[in-house]
Amino acid sequence: MGRIVLEKVTKNFGDTQVIPPLDLTIEDGEFAVFVGPSGCGKSTLLRLIAGLEETTSGKVLIDDQDVTEISPSKRGLSMVFQTYALYPHMTVRKNIAFPMRMAGMSEEEQNKRINAAAESLNLTDYLDRKPGQLSGGQRQRVAIGRAIVRDPSAFLFDEPLSNLDAALRVGMRLEITEMHERMQTTMIYVTHDQVEAMTMANKIVVLQAGVIEQVGSPLELYHKPRNKFVAGFIGSPKMNLIESDEAKKHGATTIGIRPEHIAVSDSDGIWKGTVGVAEHLGSDTFIHIHGIDGCDPLTVRAAGDVSFKHGDTVYLTPDETQIHKFDDMGLRID
Amino acid sequence: MAIVAQTSKYGKTGRTILAWAVGLLFFFPIFWLVLTSFKTDADAVKPEFLFFFTPTLDNYLNMTENYDYWRFAKNSVITSVFATVFGLAIGIPCAYSMAFNPSRSTKDVLMWMLSTKMLPAAAVLYPMTFLTKSLGLFDTHFMVILVLCLINLPIVIWMLFTYFKEIPKEIIEAGQMDGVNTWGEIKEILIPLAWGGIASTALLCFIFCWNEAYWTVRLTTIDASTLSKLIEGNRAPEGLFFGRLSAVSAAAVGPIIVLGWFCQKQLVQGLTFGAVK
Repeated sequence: MGRIVLEKVTKNFGDTQVIPPLDLTIEDGEFAVFVGPSGCGKSTLLRLIAGLEETTSGKVLIDDQDVTEISPSKRGLSMVFQTYALYPHMTVRKNIAFPMRMAGMSEEEQNKRINAAAESLNLTDYLDRKPGQLSGGQRQRVAIGRAIVRDPSAFLFDEPLSNLDAALRVGMRLEITEMHERMQTTMIYVTHDQVEAMTMANKIVVLQAGVIEQVGSPLELYHKPRNKFVAGFIGSPKMNLIESDEAKKHGATTIGIRPEHIAVSDSDGIWKGTVGVAEHLGSDTFIHIHGIDGCDPLTVRAAGDVSFKHGDTVYLTPDETQIHKFDDMGLRID
Repeated sequence: MAIVAQTSKYGKTGRTILAWAVGLLFFFPIFWLVLTSFKTDADAVKPEFLFFFTPTLDNYLNMTENYDYWRFAKNSVITSVFATVFGLAIGIPCAYSMAFNPSRSTKDVLMWMLSTKMLPAAAVLYPMTFLTKSLGLFDTHFMVILVLCLINLPIVIWMLFTYFKEIPKEIIEAGQMDGVNTWGEIKEILIPLAWGGIASTALLCFIFCWNEAYWTVRLTTIDASTLSKLIEGNRAPEGLFFGRLSAVSAAAVGPIIVLGWFCQKQLVQGLTFGAVK
């Protein structure tokens, strides 16, 4: 079990309030991702759940038990850190065994779990090495192994893939997602990378300045962003936000249209612009277009084989059914 | 064209010569001291016998037979070892707390600790003497250990604090998540990781304790006197017996020089605050 509830939780650092009163429920077995720009309070929130930071007020409940005043070691959670935080003086085996040794588990049981974790994480050949002799990806696997063997009620991940290179990051992302599918244990994952959030989560919590902007499934956030911030943050490339007469025509202060919902042509369309940069990714082409009133540049996602280049005049047609409207407060108008 | 820094061959040789010259300059007093300890008191003051003289062991024999060298040496070992152990026992938790759970006043506390080293010892000589006498602790091992421990504590805490700050906080937090209590963090994670720094600190603290003379001379008479007191005691009112005094001094600094020689790598690392990565 691993149902985590935050009730009116706040956190102050000195006189600065970094988390205003916040309520959040993460159901048992969910994969929740906290996402937001740097300094939005997502790591602080995770650390409040872990117990590594004290809450200024409010309650943290794990499986209906109030753990606000309980030390991190007694909350039954495991955490994987961005910097791996392995014990450099211990071998991989001892690193993984450490939490079990602290819990007073029998050596036989420890070895059983170490071997099972090492096998599932491809670490069997490295058990007698020290962390300094491992690559970044292997170190992160050891950190995950150390988290798994405790059999925690929930896993906490604090930007675990940020220190890995791009290719390894994609691989580890899949491994963690698969691990969740297999174990069905609650996982809370902090990242600033919205692609990680979209691909891994059942539930995304978008944060800005310590405030939850929206909670929902990845597709809910993609299709129905509650405000301009979420609209701009979720989706890659970013949603185009247009503030001009075009928005007024739709009865809004701002309209948003995703790059994939705009058709581009060299002959006819509603908006006319000039190609600034065309990024050819093979499968897609991201075209950055200048000259659109209220949104410069505007990004369009076109097919991989289009051949627009810098300076070409293009005509754009947005899919009217996919236009998001926002009022002067930045909130969604339905 | 790329600019590449050139190291001149002459520059390197010059630096080596300079390093040797400075080294010999520092070593010379010790060399002279040891040399003089093998001279008679009469030869010791004659310039013509500076390097060429008839060596004698009389000063050393005299020191061990008549001045009870081994008792003073034993006291030096006891007080230095215990003062170092107690210093670490207090310093490690203090430095741990300030390094990993700093508060707003941590920096002020550290500065305050250091500021106590700026207090002239003579300023508290009378209060200390009266206090130790009225508590019945004058000339006891306990008092010497306590004083040595306290006067070195600021340095011990500062050094340990600097080492502990090098350890990533996440490692300690990982320990907390893995179920260790505070003592476990110190024993299982902190001490093994900062072992080099702790050893350097201990070594330096031991050397400071061994060499301390102001308090060990003034707060002891016989029972708890250390080698500093023995040296001081060989200062004769009618003049200095250089041969005898040199032998006593050489025997007092000898153990610490040998210890320093064997641990020089550790000491250099300690003084340059080698990082744990």
